[in-house]
Amino acid sequence: MTAMLNVRDLRAYYGQVQALHGLSFSLDEGSLTTLLGANGAGKTTTLRAICNMVRSTGAIEFEGQPLSGRSTENIVRLGIAHVPQGRGTFTAMTVEENLQLGAISRRDRAAIVSDIERMYAHFPVLKERYAQQAGTLSGGEQQMLAVARALMLRPRLMLLDEPSFGLAPLIVRDLFRILGKINREDKVTILVVEQNAQLALELADQAYVIETGRIVMAGGAKEIANNEDVRKSYLGY
Amino acid sequence: MELFTNQILAGISTGAIYACMALAVVMIYQAIDHLNFAQGEMAMFSTFISWQLMQWGVPYWVAFILTLALSFAAGIVIERALFKPLAKAPILTQVAGFIALYSIINSCAGLIWDFTIKQYPTPFGSSPFLGSQLISTHQAGMIGITLLMLAGLYFFFRYTRMGLAMRAAASLPESARLVGINTSWMIALGWGMAAAIGAVAGMMIAPVVFLEPNMMLGVLIYGFAAAVLGGLTSPFGAVIGGFLVGIFENLVGTYIPGVGNELKLPIALALIVTVLVIKPAGLFGRPIVKRV
Repeated sequence: MTAMLNVRDLRAYYGQVQALHGLSFSLDEGSLTTLLGANGAGKTTTLRAICNMVRSTGAIEFEGQPLSGRSTENIVRLGIAHVPQGRGTFTAMTVEENLQLGAISRRDRAAIVSDIERMYAHFPVLKERYAQQAGTLSGGEQQMLAVARALMLRPRLMLLDEPSFGLAPLIVRDLFRILGKINREDKVTILVVEQNAQLALELADQAYVIETGRIVMAGGAKEIANNEDVRKSYLGY
Repeated sequence: MELFTNQILAGISTGAIYACMALAVVMIYQAIDHLNFAQGEMAMFSTFISWQLMQWGVPYWVAFILTLALSFAAGIVIERALFKPLAKAPILTQVAGFIALYSIINSCAGLIWDFTIKQYPTPFGSSPFLGSQLISTHQAGMIGITLLMLAGLYFFFRYTRMGLAMRAAASLPESARLVGINTSWMIALGWGMAAAIGAVAGMMIAPVVFLEPNMMLGVLIYGFAAAVLGGLTSPFGAVIGGFLVGIFENLVGTYIPGVGNELKLPIALALIVTVLVIKPAGLFGRPIVKRV
């Protein structure tokens, strides 16, 4: 397996405050990796830095191409879909318009139509509500919509920022099952940032643990799950 | 009763002016989330350009199309040169920018074409429309053009991908970038479209109010009132708002003693304040459901 995303010595800043202190990691093509860490550790910042939504230094390479200096929209157009914290739903638009927006950078109209049908197959609840204003969906439905919108890009890499946030446990299980399916069947490489460490480690094959802007642990998800420090700090047993 | 219906008709015909302008106001509001105080002046300048073209012997409709294209391009240039650098500045800085633009354009027009009023032609003629003395063929034509623009905008925003992308960029810029939309260009495009719509408004209004650098001053305030009344987020509402403001203005002028021509402008301002206090979304503005 080759590395699809390579991050070297990433440092990010909010004004004068440095949020990441030289982070390095890589994602293998086809892998499902989770980035774990406490509040404020820098998980969200890492994802935002990949998409150039925060000022950063260091080298980020996606499929051999350097991302530095590219605008957010150009990075997305390379095939990196980002489901932001808070889902980023276009609340005033309909469910179907949200899906169309996901594919707005694509030109293959026929394939877009069939992809929308595919999303409705993945997430039947979206089909029932296709003409409804997206802001009226429940939190779980909006998260499904956010994932579906991201998939409409036909991404090679999908970044998810706390998809479980604010959702009922059953819905989270359902969502993670779908993410696993997308990873296996659609061959989308996934990087998921999570506070729900237990579920994330069950789902992922690789894991990184981040603390105050540095990677403190890296390895296979099972191995990390069995690590005593991780169990104490993040899994609670 | 006849006086009443006549006043309604007259209101509709002046309302067409406001509707036209309100459409341009709403357009820019959709793109940048602010009102553009220089919009009237941009429209006035476009109208002068079309007038100049006609003076050089260009036929009306050719001048019309050329002016639309020039205004569209100029709107984009103004955004790139002036407002893109101000995009992250505080709102007061932007307002100062609008006011600067207002006086620059106004003075330039005065410098180039001086301040004397000029006749401006209408392609529709100015005979009574369907035998009515209250609506001329020009005013009927203006109503038709306004409705045509409205239909065009509706189609553009509702059914085209570009329209969808523009709506997305206006409502949630960060999410829009995350689906690959170049939001900065969408704003420039919004400026271009607003400038072109303003140009149409100016060319339709000029035969009624005569062409001179200050012709849009009052019209823009009525346009704001119409846009606010109809809802700043709704092109349809803006047009309806335009007609309502026209009718309202005429009825108040007729039936409330003491409100002559002098007090008509305060009526528009009072209307703006009243709507903002009682129903800020306007009559047709889309109330947006938010989860908290």
